[in-house]
Amino acid sequence: MNISLLSVVGYLVAIAALVGLNAVILVWLERKVAGHMQFRLGPMEVGPHGILQTLADGIKLVSKQLVIPDEADKPLFLLAPIVSLVPIFAAMVPLPFSETVQAWELNIGLLLIIALGLLNTLGILLAGWGSNNKYALLGGARAVAQILAYKIPLLICVMTIIMMTGSFSLRDIAIAQKDTWNVLYQPILFIVYIITVTLETNRSPFDFSEAESELVAGFHTEYSGMGFSLFFLAEYSYMFIAAGLATVLFLGGWHGPWLPGVAWTLIKIYSIIFLMMWFRWTFPRVRIDQMLSFGWKILLPLSLINFIITAGVLAL
Amino acid sequence: MNRPIQPTYTLDKVGEENFALNLGPQHPGTHGVLRVVLHMDGEYILQADPVLGYGHRMQEKIAENMTYPQALPYVCRMDYLGALSYNLAWVLAVEKLCQFEVPERAEAIRVIATELNRISSHLLWWGAFLLDLGGFTPFLQALTDRERILDILEEVTGSRLTYCYFRFGGLPSDVDEAWLTRVLDFIKEFRDRLPRYHDLVTGNVIFHHRSKDVGVILPFDAAGYGLSGPILRGSGINFDVRKHEPYSGYDRYDFEVPVDQNGDCLGRYNVRMAEIEQSLRIIEQAISAIPEGPVRSKVPKLIKAPEGEVAVAVETPRGQLVIYIVSEGGKKPYRVKYRVPSFANLSIFAKMAKGQLLADALAILGSLDMVIPEVDR
Repeated sequence: MNISLLSVVGYLVAIAALVGLNAVILVWLERKVAGHMQFRLGPMEVGPHGILQTLADGIKLVSKQLVIPDEADKPLFLLAPIVSLVPIFAAMVPLPFSETVQAWELNIGLLLIIALGLLNTLGILLAGWGSNNKYALLGGARAVAQILAYKIPLLICVMTIIMMTGSFSLRDIAIAQKDTWNVLYQPILFIVYIITVTLETNRSPFDFSEAESELVAGFHTEYSGMGFSLFFLAEYSYMFIAAGLATVLFLGGWHGPWLPGVAWTLIKIYSIIFLMMWFRWTFPRVRIDQMLSFGWKILLPLSLINFIITAGVLAL
Repeated sequence: MNRPIQPTYTLDKVGEENFALNLGPQHPGTHGVLRVVLHMDGEYILQADPVLGYGHRMQEKIAENMTYPQALPYVCRMDYLGALSYNLAWVLAVEKLCQFEVPERAEAIRVIATELNRISSHLLWWGAFLLDLGGFTPFLQALTDRERILDILEEVTGSRLTYCYFRFGGLPSDVDEAWLTRVLDFIKEFRDRLPRYHDLVTGNVIFHHRSKDVGVILPFDAAGYGLSGPILRGSGINFDVRKHEPYSGYDRYDFEVPVDQNGDCLGRYNVRMAEIEQSLRIIEQAISAIPEGPVRSKVPKLIKAPEGEVAVAVETPRGQLVIYIVSEGGKKPYRVKYRVPSFANLSIFAKMAKGQLLADALAILGSLDMVIPEVDR
């Protein structure tokens, strides 16, 4: 494996640009989707159809004073948004956008993304603990309480795909779906995956750790300015990665007619993100204990049975 | 006796795991300056102490220092979402005290305006309740339709929220045919839009899980705590002031009192949604049978009430409002007492929240449809 320093720097800059641009577009898209679902227009003032609104908001957030509560655990409080955001850069590395566009082909890429996804929860827990605010603490505790309920079904989902393909490499998994997408073999698994990543990214109807009507703003109650925008950036980047993983695992990666591979990947990713936004602006929030029992009693058995049946079919 | 009233912080079960959580006075879930001190064990509530008075404005005392017409606009500041019901109650009380006549046409228009106000209040509740449950879109859907009611009411009352429309002995001015047609147009369009509300929320499985069997009030408790309005009817007790002690000619209209036997959040939800439809029916009947004639009877310019006392009950969107006036003769009342529905309805919250999850407690609070200035007065 031969990597020059220059290419590493190049990849990092490209990923950073992608993370930033993605957040700018997604925040705008979310507000537009929300607006149109609620019979309004969403942002319209800054730029054509308000496309530059996020930039204006971003500049405002960055220029705000950093407020640290008196009783807060200062190191943890400052560390939390960083812990939440930084793993994104590593998790973007093995994500293939087409046969050639990929930061680094890693033979355990899938495992890396799943593992780094856990660090988001660590960031939320740190924020909840470090803020010294009861609402934030409840938000952090909720994030930890739900980990196992969604992580195990998610891992079983991923394992089923790995079993079908025989590789941990995302590129291999995408190539294996050249003719038929996995979603046609595994429709139930796809639904389980979408539910679990909605949980993982803390999106409504599973936004327990934010839960604005219950916990004010949950884990980021005490954050303003840059800290808040870093959490925001992390949330949208995790959405992008979760949708990217769904694209590679179930929707055949970059495969598709007429358009180039990168375009297909992005279309699929943003379609799944749109689906997640659709959930958010339609459903009320599930209660945390209902979600836990849903995870343990429905998602887990469903994905396990699916796994066993798939194993049986493959063995034949 | 200047000792401030403090909530009790002593608990039976005090452990290191427990903590007190201040829900409010600045909290998105309390819809106003209500503060509830929650003693929590993790996500579970051991005890809930509502702390009132952040919005106390001495409205009863102020009314005692004003003449009857002066107090009229001030009454509507209590329940800012159902202001016309308050307006109506004050007007009815003074009319009963002074024995003023009210023309039938004025009564019909009063009913139309009050029922429109009731629908707008229930619409806002619908949105806010779903906001408490974490759904944001219903709120804006409801506001879209509520806006049209506000426009209609603005045309005749001149204001959009704290209306002061009714006068002693009738109305300040008559409404024209165009306004009545506009109301009928709204009813027609709103009937088309109402199924959307049910599509978006009522049939939703998450909504059912969040509201069914949550915050059950037994009929015994509902009566014992003096609850009224949709909360009482959601617990299976058929009581509506409009039906049982009719005023303003409500006995002339054919409408049902929706009752739900379950007593849970879903029951209260269903009652309010059915009430919106009944209100539409009442307005339609009132418009189709509206009598011709004057809208204001002969009332002296300077209102001097005779000696005596009077109590008038009105069904506001939140329940039974009673205005009790004691007069010793003269321009000002000697004593005024408001029996407000939200205050009684809030009293059961502490009992209901006990042992519940935080999320459920907020769903219960949302289903009670609090208006905090009304509680604090």
